[in-house]
Amino acid sequence: MKASNEIWKERLAGQLPPDLAEEIDTFETEINLRRQGKVDEKIFAETRLRRGVYGQRYDNGQRHDGVKSRQLAFDGERQTKGPNTIWDAPGMMRIKIPYGGMNPEQLEVLAELAEEYSDSIAHITTRQDFQLHFIHIDNTPTLMRRLAAVGITTREACGNSVRNVTGCPFAGVCPDEAFDVTPYANALTQFLLGHPDAQNFGRKFKPTFSGCVQHSCGLTAMHDLGLTATTREVDGKTERGFKVYVGGGLGTVPRQAKLFDDFMSPAEILPVAQAIARVFGKYGEKKTRSRARLKFLIESWGLEKFKEEVLAERARLREDPQWTEFLANVDSCEESPLHPPGEMPAINGNQRLAHWISTNVLQQRQEGYVTATVSLPLGDLTADQLRSLADIVRQFTNGTIRTTVEQNFVIRWVSKADVVDLYHALDAVGLSEPGASNIMDIVACPGTDTCKLGISSSRGLAAELRKRLAEKSFQLDEAIQNLHIKVSGCFNSCGQHHIADIGFYGVSRTVQGFKVPHFQVVLGGQWEENAGSYGLPIVAIPSKRIPDALERITQHFMDNREPDERFTNYVQRIGKGPIRQFLEELTQDLPAHENDPGFYSDWADPRQYGIGDIGKGECAGEVVTHYQFEMAGAERMIFGAQILLDGGNAKEAGQQAYDAMIRAAKAIVQIQYDDVTSDPDEVIEEFKERFFDTELFHDPYAGPKFADYLFAAYENAGHTHNAESAHHLIEESQLFVEAVHSCYNRLRSEGVEAN
Amino acid sequence: MELQQVNVKIFVDGELTVPSERLIEVFHNWIREKAVGDLLIDVADYRHVPKGPSVLLVGDEADFCMDQTGGRWGLLYNRKARLDGTNDQRLSQAFAAAAKACNLLEAEFTAEGPLRFSRHEFEIVINDRALATNTDETFEACKDDLEMFVTRTLGHREYTFQRDTDPRRRFGVAVKSAKSFELSTLG
Repeated sequence: MKASNEIWKERLAGQLPPDLAEEIDTFETEINLRRQGKVDEKIFAETRLRRGVYGQRYDNGQRHDGVKSRQLAFDGERQTKGPNTIWDAPGMMRIKIPYGGMNPEQLEVLAELAEEYSDSIAHITTRQDFQLHFIHIDNTPTLMRRLAAVGITTREACGNSVRNVTGCPFAGVCPDEAFDVTPYANALTQFLLGHPDAQNFGRKFKPTFSGCVQHSCGLTAMHDLGLTATTREVDGKTERGFKVYVGGGLGTVPRQAKLFDDFMSPAEILPVAQAIARVFGKYGEKKTRSRARLKFLIESWGLEKFKEEVLAERARLREDPQWTEFLANVDSCEESPLHPPGEMPAINGNQRLAHWISTNVLQQRQEGYVTATVSLPLGDLTADQLRSLADIVRQFTNGTIRTTVEQNFVIRWVSKADVVDLYHALDAVGLSEPGASNIMDIVACPGTDTCKLGISSSRGLAAELRKRLAEKSFQLDEAIQNLHIKVSGCFNSCGQHHIADIGFYGVSRTVQGFKVPHFQVVLGGQWEENAGSYGLPIVAIPSKRIPDALERITQHFMDNREPDERFTNYVQRIGKGPIRQFLEELTQDLPAHENDPGFYSDWADPRQYGIGDIGKGECAGEVVTHYQFEMAGAERMIFGAQILLDGGNAKEAGQQAYDAMIRAAKAIVQIQYDDVTSDPDEVIEEFKERFFDTELFHDPYAGPKFADYLFAAYENAGHTHNAESAHHLIEESQLFVEAVHSCYNRLRSEGVEAN
Repeated sequence: MELQQVNVKIFVDGELTVPSERLIEVFHNWIREKAVGDLLIDVADYRHVPKGPSVLLVGDEADFCMDQTGGRWGLLYNRKARLDGTNDQRLSQAFAAAAKACNLLEAEFTAEGPLRFSRHEFEIVINDRALATNTDETFEACKDDLEMFVTRTLGHREYTFQRDTDPRRRFGVAVKSAKSFELSTLG
């Protein structure tokens, strides 16, 4: 614990908003109670999560150092801050930034906190939050106080709560928006923060606002509650409203949000959000975490029933003045510029500046002004850069800056006359990276760097791809430059791989007895139109060969695209079959471990990848061979299902995805019971008895989730699939196959698989 | 005045020529071999961020970092956990830890090419704005402690203190010695 925690408490007394001050004091008390053993660790875990105090990799005290798994001796008492979470192990703090809106004072405080409590790095997330890593829990109340002093809260940044209300970072200045969504996003933030009706969820709930349909800034299609601004003409007057979408989400099982209301009056958005929260809290799944998001409730009920329940709940709500009070001020909170409008000065042959202007500078709706995107590599910047950015924002604007879902900043209200000076100011502090929102601007989740669930190094891969792309960024064709790459360290999709042109998510495979980090290549997703469609994995490739895979994909695209054809359309036209064919070569002729040990480690991490998970209890070679053969078959079938789906044959696609699951289940059952037949009834019975009831198949973090996919598919085996249900089943069957691989690897390491 | 969270940065002499991948590898080895005594947890790769912590070895009580903050490479020791004792003892502890890390790195890279740390310059920062605000008053309050420690460590008084007085920055002094010193004498 920092010696200065008490000093800050005294220094900031009376300076914080009373409700936040009380909230932080209460959390401090809860920390003390937990230390004394007076609060259950599970309850404390959720308590701290709801205040943004998150776990981090290795906080269970275990780490594989490349030779073997070792205990990290944090302290003798093994005090915990949650199940399997050691008190003294460093953790992550998530800091909510509603709709990304910030000011220079807040940037400066974040810089201070990054230096004094973290590692001098601040990280912007894909939901416009900040994250600081390697923080000791005892210091978190002080961080919260220092943040609260500049109007920032961490409350409900994590846990089963209403997460950060995100919003288009160009709101209010975008030429294409219906109207500025900022005051509405702000009103929903204030209304739902700590609201009693939003405290009883089984999982998190993510809202977002977008100013238009066509762009991707708000990503309404992948949120629990997405509101897109729209207008209509009534009696010659323009009325504002929102298209309201519900039940979207990525995660392991992505779902596109469904249209709840085509035009909702602004006066209704808060009460309807409250009603949705009440319905979600009342009827949403609580026990099975993997089915607890709103999307599953809507899927289970159907949209119409959900809508009926919400509207009935809405009708029962007691009138709350907060619902409409904010409407009186929606037009009076507009930002203002610091400098008068101007014209762009001459660039004088500066090629890099010209490139930066072409990718990072956008015309505002207001004549003479532009926005400038500060593109951050992997969403990271240093404390020094934060302070410099604060100075720059003060120098050129009235303090108008926002974070983005692409892990960048947008400086707003820059006079065109200042653009060149702004560039040079940013350049002086290493913040003039061109290529915002294009192929260089790779989004990556924390992955194995800091996340407990990471399977492969998403940041390591993203950094490597950036490095290679940077070497030829000026030579890349515009069609390539406009691609979006997104990388997740596992199937949970925090890196949003489903909505990239080219997505990757981490998986592991066993090659020649060693585990090798791999990434599934995900194609078919769409970033535009607020995350208009979701991609599917087509093949898993060793991590060290992903740069080659990207090279092949982009080269094939360039060689085969039709004039002006976009990547999404190219994938649809060419089909995934030929693409998989030229990628599959990268899964063959893998180097032997003794010849290239680096192939068996991850990016920027020289440790042998997962060596601790193998070694003992190897089963008979024949069984391994048979298992691998069967699993390869199951994966081929899943890919075949995708091809069928792409060809419009949803019925057969669904059937094939189901068959693939049965085949994978059979493969794992055969490790213990070689005589199992291919009869689904028998496979399910044996799988349940041998792997589910014994919990051998349970994922260390996700529990029975993946087995549940199999059982659900088995129960619905006779159903005829439509395109949506087939898409979902393909996704689930791929995840089930990954779970079989994981289970198999776990069993090998524990030596319990053989009869 | 109590000086906690002492940071010490010993600058690299000249340019850093060691491949950064090797630094990552060496830090991972330190974790496995418990090379510096402290509990070490993981290596964070920030090479993509200019003038930042670059390659960071995260520990429980302290971090070690091949750091480029301010544009100069150096080995940064960041003491995170509170330490009992006097200011002199806390400064000594931080210097000893930083010097040990520098010695280990120099030895590690002897065969591969030069990695040499400065024998004339280092920096002390107090990583806590509440304990040590960056003001002249703070400097006056701890000047005696700093001088006593640096004089004893270097074995002479031919050195200067330099401060960045930006109040937003952390309190610290850059020490420039007229005579060269041995890393083994630090701390």
